[in-house]
Amino acid sequence: MTTIDLIAASAQPASATGQNDLKSALKFITCGSVDDGKSTLIGRLLVDSKAVLQDHLAGVQRGGETDLALLTDGLSAEREQGITIDVAYRYFATEHRKFIIGDAPGHEQYTRNMVTAASSADAAVVLVDATKLDWKNPAMELLQQTRRHSLLVNLLRVPSIVFAVNKLDAVEDSALAFNNISAALTAFAEAAKIAVKAIVPISALKGWNVVDAAETGWCGYTGPSLLDLLEHLPATPAETGEAFAFPVQWVEKFSSSSDTSQGRRVFWGRVATGGVQPGQTVTVLPSGQTAVVAQVLDHIRQPRAIPAGHSAGIVLDREVDVSRGDWLLAPDTFTPSREAAVTMAWMDDEPLVAGRVYWALQGHRWVKAKVRRIVHKLDVNTLAEEDASELPPNAIGHVELSFQEPLVTLPYLRSRILGSLVLVDTASHKTSGAALVL
Amino acid sequence: MNARFNETHVSHEPDLLAKLSNSHLDALEEETIFILREVAAAFERPALLFSGGKDSLVMLKCAEKAFGVGRIPYPLLMIDTGHNFPEVTAFRDLRAKELGAELIIRHVEDSMKRGTVRLAHPDEPRNAHQSVTLLEAIDEFRFDALIGGARRDEEKARAKERIFSHRDSFGQWQPKAQRPELWTLFNTRLQPGEHFRVFPISNWTELDVWQYIEREQIALPSLYYAHPRKIVERKGLLVPVTELTPARAGEEVVEKLVRFRTLGDITCTCPVDSPAATAAEIVIETLAADVSERGSTRMDDKTSDASMEKRKKDGYF
Repeated sequence: MTTIDLIAASAQPASATGQNDLKSALKFITCGSVDDGKSTLIGRLLVDSKAVLQDHLAGVQRGGETDLALLTDGLSAEREQGITIDVAYRYFATEHRKFIIGDAPGHEQYTRNMVTAASSADAAVVLVDATKLDWKNPAMELLQQTRRHSLLVNLLRVPSIVFAVNKLDAVEDSALAFNNISAALTAFAEAAKIAVKAIVPISALKGWNVVDAAETGWCGYTGPSLLDLLEHLPATPAETGEAFAFPVQWVEKFSSSSDTSQGRRVFWGRVATGGVQPGQTVTVLPSGQTAVVAQVLDHIRQPRAIPAGHSAGIVLDREVDVSRGDWLLAPDTFTPSREAAVTMAWMDDEPLVAGRVYWALQGHRWVKAKVRRIVHKLDVNTLAEEDASELPPNAIGHVELSFQEPLVTLPYLRSRILGSLVLVDTASHKTSGAALVL
Repeated sequence: MNARFNETHVSHEPDLLAKLSNSHLDALEEETIFILREVAAAFERPALLFSGGKDSLVMLKCAEKAFGVGRIPYPLLMIDTGHNFPEVTAFRDLRAKELGAELIIRHVEDSMKRGTVRLAHPDEPRNAHQSVTLLEAIDEFRFDALIGGARRDEEKARAKERIFSHRDSFGQWQPKAQRPELWTLFNTRLQPGEHFRVFPISNWTELDVWQYIEREQIALPSLYYAHPRKIVERKGLLVPVTELTPARAGEEVVEKLVRFRTLGDITCTCPVDSPAATAAEIVIETLAADVSERGSTRMDDKTSDASMEKRKKDGYF
């Protein structure tokens, strides 16, 4: 079979919902500690899957050697310091799948950029540097950033988490190292209740088991190569199981009612949970009015029912007060509340202190939010709860918020959209915190 | 860039394109339309940068789908260096008229007359000076969001930029202080004088763009397709011989069948050797390409590793 035949065989139309459709692109991030080889791994994936063009490859030759990390570290400050500051997005495709890689920084001070990349990822590859661990000792300590990043991606509900044990070319006994490190990772994941898809031995520098499978039994491992594994991971499932919730993004007004079968306004947005079709009753938040869905359009204005995760244009059977930021909801299902307990990933350079008022953005709705109480700060290495009066930059903690107007929320574990909000500083307008509803 | 293939000659069998169908295009289109609507809703005075090039024509196609023909809720803005290919400007004007869109054109030459743009020498490429004219236009119309057709696969600095990219009152991008962009919660709050650059096709690759052009049968300026052109070969590039870019002493002018992968200012855009006369043939060529779009065509990106980053910090797109 030629490459083109392979592409052809795999390029079937997407399933109706896109759920678990392996042909859909996989968005994954790489994370782990500084110098664990994240940028090198991405460079290796790109080069070995032949996704790097000659002029880009020529740009990363230094003294006759190819520095794969330079393929992704695109900012001059990153090249100067040899570190990754912000997420670089890279694209490549194999015969089986398209990939979008978010190369997230490892430094603690850039946690906000790592959280940014993780919030929309289908999978996370957490790199573990074998050479930095006391691998001869079965009871070794993992690095802080390994634990931290694993806990973060798990907290953000990245659906698939994979550990890639790297630099196994640089240890004397790679089989023993992989065995002991795997055991430590498994024990940590179990204790932290993190579901791990796989633990894969690799050498990003040498290209072992990254794209092409290593020799059978290398490090005692007989599973697929890292890329093989990524090709078969599921995309993030849409939240179709919950009741219908729809944040109104944009209200389109028509001067003539001939544009739609009913009414003069179309409410556009992306279905957060459940689905929408003509005939169902909806309640508008915050007005509380009720109406029946007369017409549903997809993102290109074709009439059809729309499931969670996709954009819809909704026309109601009567004129009700709906504007951007409002929600259309399945009736009698959601209880708006002025309060929420959240896990907060704090991103501002100024610490979070109780009593301050921020803007909160949820869906397309902006409301004022007050920090009522910092319940505790999480030790990001262990997730142990510590007393705290403030959350310093890059800290994570439990916080109680009160809102100026009621919001409908669900726990983040049930809905990423209803369960997530960002806090924006009212003075600097910076995005200061990411909140996940408990 | 997408995966390429070792086969140097990909056969042109008729049903190849059907086999290469890109189901991912629907997701990209939907994301782009979502972002275009978000801009319409979140900003008071947005504009869509429209050059008549393929990326802006893809965006315009998505805008047409998002809002309906004749209803694009923002003006189109073109910053004209005065060094454009006439085929492209004619096409740009025609397309804007067909769509019933307002087209605002601002000229680098006017900035030169005002003295806000000074050239080091008369035939210096004006591409980098577009930033000045652009910022003047932003000031003049008090635009709060400018939608651009940049893609992250084009260049390393672009690969780092957010979809909603905050710019300060000097139009500067501050890569170290980018706003976190979590889920699809776009923080579009501005201080007076600041604005956003918004990139709805960030996640598209060159191949995706061509596959979409082919699928949607989007009309493009003729220069994107193979045509005979007088060129000279210089530093590995095919430099078009025009009034603005004459052959240098000792250079041999030859006629070649070429097409443009990207269309910018005449003085810094080069075509590539190609017989591809349709979007379908370009899709196949793009799959087999082993040099990037910018690498093969842009004279101005080669100055230094960080030339795009530097220009973005100066207010460039």
